[in-house]
Amino acid sequence: MEIPFTHRQSAHCETGTTSNLLNHYGVPVSEAMVFGIGAGLFFGYLPFIKLNNLPLTTFRSATGAIFKRTTRELAIKVETQRFRDPEKAMVALDSKLDQGIPVGIQTGAYWLPYFPPAFRFHFNMHNSIVIAKRDDEYLISDPVFPEPVLCSAHHLKLARFAKGTLAPKGKMYVFREVPQHVDLMQPIKKGIKVLTNAMLKNPVPLLGVRGIRYLAGQLEKWPRKFGKDQALLYLGQVVRMQEEIGTGGAGFRFIFAAFLQEAASTLEDNRFQAYSERMTQIGDHWREFAVVAARNCKGRAGENDSYAVMARILIECADQEELLYQDLANSI
Amino acid sequence: MRKQDVPQDIGIAEGLKEVCYAVDDTGRYVLVPSAGWEPKNVTNHQAWQLIEEQQRDVATQVLEGRQSPIAYYMTKNLMDVGLLAQYVGFFRWRVRRHLKPRVFRKLAPAVLEKYAKVFGITVEQLTDQRQIGNNVP
Repeated sequence: MEIPFTHRQSAHCETGTTSNLLNHYGVPVSEAMVFGIGAGLFFGYLPFIKLNNLPLTTFRSATGAIFKRTTRELAIKVETQRFRDPEKAMVALDSKLDQGIPVGIQTGAYWLPYFPPAFRFHFNMHNSIVIAKRDDEYLISDPVFPEPVLCSAHHLKLARFAKGTLAPKGKMYVFREVPQHVDLMQPIKKGIKVLTNAMLKNPVPLLGVRGIRYLAGQLEKWPRKFGKDQALLYLGQVVRMQEEIGTGGAGFRFIFAAFLQEAASTLEDNRFQAYSERMTQIGDHWREFAVVAARNCKGRAGENDSYAVMARILIECADQEELLYQDLANSI
Repeated sequence: MRKQDVPQDIGIAEGLKEVCYAVDDTGRYVLVPSAGWEPKNVTNHQAWQLIEEQQRDVATQVLEGRQSPIAYYMTKNLMDVGLLAQYVGFFRWRVRRHLKPRVFRKLAPAVLEKYAKVFGITVEQLTDQRQIGNNVP
């Protein structure tokens, strides 16, 4: 049975999945709105957590948190299941599909054959929605792709039971109850409050605005501390996290600016349009950092592309973000 | 970022168009398809080069008899000992032992089968060193 499901391509998998599911149940909430309500924006530089032996930088909040917060704020009842037995997990998926219910799943990107090879890393928090089963294949609304994609049962099973950090353990989720009418006003304000607290008042100096400054300070020392080659690898890692698949560009800053613009009309408050424009400029500045960093990685760095220059761009981003979050906190 | 500035630098995405948030002429945010961006292509290329380098190193070590083929396929699948151990369901120290050619040669077929299944190959392929030789440039 095929579920009449409207697939919309999104910048980011978790927000896209959430938004597409909400729209399926008649709640018109955009991806950017989900990102804002879910307080998706963040910054953290965690040198002691290594990805491929390189320190982790994150531009978004912990995976799963956006979905959780959004569904909670919108009073949606979600049924979540995890499994030990892959066979049982597949049977459970089929039975939901038979009932005409679209099923959200968490998968490991490495095992998804429809991913371009360059994106197939062992990343276990990829979200998508299964909308149909055709013989031995599943039709999946994967928000990162322009159209729904097909995936064999074999590969889907592998992906649902990928191992490693944050293993999905066959996790699947469906909406059980969705309210007829949702008011976005309070959820928007709450999302902004959570975000500004996380960015401004974070007790850990590696997180929030302070984290950006910390990264700036560390980054300047990389060439001396680790040598030129290793420093370039560190630098490349920051840019990859910032511009990875599903960031909407500039480490999620643009998608957040889109949210602020929507918030302006929902809250009927023009100040938020101005905030949105400021966020766009901050995003553009982050992109300048990526351009300079990539020139270094390619060995084409000019005189104005030093580590000191990159550190200065980061400090400027931190300063501008800090002011913006303060204004946001005072406006809600 | 303005709509007309959304980068279209074809690279690692191989034809997949992602969507980006950008501002149109009237100042509204819209979703715009993007074929890729040069800094993103450069830094991802950098990561893959590093991985390929590791794969070549391990392949050479396997061919020189310093590591078992499991080490090669582990690297090829972007795994480390911890992750591979979880996939085959052994303790890490056991997997680490299996990376030694001397231990590998005496492995039971059932154990080899487990590794082969995770790597998506046959036991014959796993034990055939020529498969690796073909992959070293």
